[in-house]
Amino acid sequence: MLRLDHVTKTYRTGSFGSKRITAVNDVTFDVEPGQVLSLIGESGSGKTTIGRMILRLTPLSAGTISFDGTDVSTLRRHGLKDYYRGVQGVFQDPFSSYNPIFRIDRIFSMIRSGYFPHEDGRAWRSKLDASLEAVGLTPGDVLGKFPHQLSGGQLQRLLVARALLLEIRILVADEIISMLDASTRIDVLNLLGDLKARGLGIVFITHDLSLGNYISDRTVILRRGAIVEMGATEKVFGDPRHPYTKMLLASVPHLHERWSGDAVERHSQAADDADASGKVAELVEVADDHLAAVG
Amino acid sequence: MALAVDDLKVYYRTLAGDVRALDGVTFSIADGEIMGLAGESGCGKSTLGKSLIRLDTRMRYVGGSITVDGDELPIWDDERANDFRFRRVSIVPQYAMSALNPTRKIGRMIEEVLKSRGVAFEQVEPELHRRLELVGLPESVLGLFPIELSGGMKQRTVMVLSTLLDPSVLIADEITSALDVSTQKAVAEMLVEFRNRGFVKSMIVITHDLSVLYQMADSILVMYAGKLAEKAPSDTIISSPRHPYTKMLISSLPEVGVRFAEKRLTGIAGRPPSLLDPPPGCRFRDRCPLASERCLEEPPFVEIAEGHQVACWEVAA
Amino acid sequence: MNALRESLHFAVRNRKLVFGSAITIGMLLFALFGPLFAQHPALEYGGKLSWAPTTRDGYWFGTTMFGQDVYAQFVNGLRLAFVVGALGGGIAAGVGMLVGFTAGYRSGIVDEILNMLTNVVLVIPTFAVLLVIAAYLKVRGIMTESVFIGLTSWPWAARALRAQTFSLVSRDFVDMARLSGRSSRQIIFKEIAPNMSSYLFMMFILLFGGSILIAATLDFIGLGPSNTISLGMMMQLSVQNAALQLHLWWWFLPPGLAIMAIVGSLYVMNVGLDEVFNPKLREM
Repeated sequence: MLRLDHVTKTYRTGSFGSKRITAVNDVTFDVEPGQVLSLIGESGSGKTTIGRMILRLTPLSAGTISFDGTDVSTLRRHGLKDYYRGVQGVFQDPFSSYNPIFRIDRIFSMIRSGYFPHEDGRAWRSKLDASLEAVGLTPGDVLGKFPHQLSGGQLQRLLVARALLLEIRILVADEIISMLDASTRIDVLNLLGDLKARGLGIVFITHDLSLGNYISDRTVILRRGAIVEMGATEKVFGDPRHPYTKMLLASVPHLHERWSGDAVERHSQAADDADASGKVAELVEVADDHLAAVG
Repeated sequence: MALAVDDLKVYYRTLAGDVRALDGVTFSIADGEIMGLAGESGCGKSTLGKSLIRLDTRMRYVGGSITVDGDELPIWDDERANDFRFRRVSIVPQYAMSALNPTRKIGRMIEEVLKSRGVAFEQVEPELHRRLELVGLPESVLGLFPIELSGGMKQRTVMVLSTLLDPSVLIADEITSALDVSTQKAVAEMLVEFRNRGFVKSMIVITHDLSVLYQMADSILVMYAGKLAEKAPSDTIISSPRHPYTKMLISSLPEVGVRFAEKRLTGIAGRPPSLLDPPPGCRFRDRCPLASERCLEEPPFVEIAEGHQVACWEVAA
Repeated sequence: MNALRESLHFAVRNRKLVFGSAITIGMLLFALFGPLFAQHPALEYGGKLSWAPTTRDGYWFGTTMFGQDVYAQFVNGLRLAFVVGALGGGIAAGVGMLVGFTAGYRSGIVDEILNMLTNVVLVIPTFAVLLVIAAYLKVRGIMTESVFIGLTSWPWAARALRAQTFSLVSRDFVDMARLSGRSSRQIIFKEIAPNMSSYLFMMFILLFGGSILIAATLDFIGLGPSNTISLGMMMQLSVQNAALQLHLWWWFLPPGLAIMAIVGSLYVMNVGLDEVFNPKLREM
């Protein structure tokens, strides 16, 4: 449904753009309906850039992103608007996603004026109510309020409700729960799980491995813009092959197990060594639906 | 007793009234103890950390006392409290990486901070070099500008600076929140090392991340809506929590290995109460599955086992 | 309490804002109604020469060395000052917004070009240009002066607005608007500008005051309008004709104090407004 093919993003910096920074390096993967794909990486891994490129907020430098076979980068105004009917995004900071001087209803009225201009008041209202209920919100609790009057969890859910109004098929969720409280995080995450069951494809971007492990069917591990390991989640987490993946898993603080000795340093060193050649290693199939850059 | 806090109340002044951010907390930290202070947004943990160092203009000291090594820390008196700052009570702030003045070289900045405390740079210079080496920073870092250092290096620099005069109490305010998971581990282990070597006597580690606290803290204090909920050794809090809030919080945390398809975790429905006009009695009452008539009266923070204190009628019974 | 009511609450309690606006409004009222009390046309050589302020014949501010009514000239000048402020400030604000918003929102090559334009206008020697214009246009009115001031004082406004726009563009709600199919123009005017409304308001006040000051300076060195008398011109004429030495204080003091009062109170108002709009600056 959504396919990324050798997608690359480079930035020019330095005087007269003499230097180049590669934020995303030759990334290829696809997202199927009813599937959650996690993009896991630390800061600087390029995961947010990939999300933005999927949403056409940042242009690609090379490669193609196609949705249902159509190359997304060729879309202009009308085609782009159609694209957004099928693909939407939710970002990390709920309070930054709303214009603070307007009420939250504005995000819905923008969708209405842009995509449903001829819908009459009552039909729209019932559509809106259905969307809100689908994300676990009571219309009376949230409509007519300003962003600062609601909690982060409610704001994020409202953004998902907005996306649902359009009957999207792919949702790009970029660190959507990292700024929420621990006790509300899991509920928003469960919401994504429910939407997946209804056929939505989700690109779940996070730095938190436990969240990725909880919710996703397939996982992509990114390091400095390149994929180091990808495949079915239980395989990537259960049988990590690349030293970087091993290092990440060893660094995660667990709740019933203390950090063990020098595992992190060992794997970190191995990852750096693998990286020393400067070239991006090839992804090889190490098992069914499990690839790692150990070539 | 490195730190003893007794019935501390600090409120925020707003147009609409006083926000009772810290509403009577009492606890103590022994010498050499690393205590984790956990809770969600609005629970008062940041207010507690900040009030030990410096009350900002919106905060109002309402009551209670704080003693550091037996001496009273007068937080309401900015000038007298100044004697404690940096020497006896120090802080590693959140976003420490942006705490460094971008126009000053590191060495010069350290010199200025020390001078403002009445300490000559030459006096502590050898110790400074020793500590930089301990955290893995080259001596040359003193001659660099902050922009030339990586995030992890800046974090370590701030940690060294904050502990240079061997404070009795170090407050680490959400220092691991903005870090990658590998740097997070390094920083957490470094803090423990500082305590082991005696650079700091005791520590309060403020964070919402219980799993990091499990890894590094000796004991964990859980706060909710301005009050204390539970305090116990880390192992106990994680494996056998008693307060309903703590229990529900821990069971809502996904660990690597738990999957949505197999075991659906649940959060805690509802939101913390408004601290402008908090409800009487236990503040967790509205969201607690065990709530009863008794909970209309505030439960005291009592000891139910050695080193384990809880504020809940159901548990204390 | 919503944002507007909260702002008003703080506004009426802010001493600087109240004080500043009181003076400005006072001067404005004086400018509007003062001329109704003038008993002689401003340029008429009617009265006795160099009279001190007196109630005789309604020469309340006395007369100039040439027998003109200082009061009439003064209230006329006050009116002109407000016109220059509004028109010059308005044009500068308009151009500044256009350039600043576009440069901040678009970035890239458009930003570079607009930046260059801003810098060029900034560097133009306004006096030299004005002298050239003065040489060509025999009759210059207050309108010409206002337009000229407006077209040469917008660069710093454009710069400031560009910076503000930059910071807002990186906020997620702009991305959200894009994901809702909004065009760039719609985003600038419906999302970004309203967010900056307090900033734009303050900027306009500064441009208003600045225009008056620039006009006074230009008038003082003789580049003012040729068909009327403004406050700056009164000061120019009085100093040229040795009013200082002759102690004809009523000729140069009122215009000078008036300029100082208006511009000063506008700037004080601005500081007060900053405190009102910026919660961090408020004293509790």
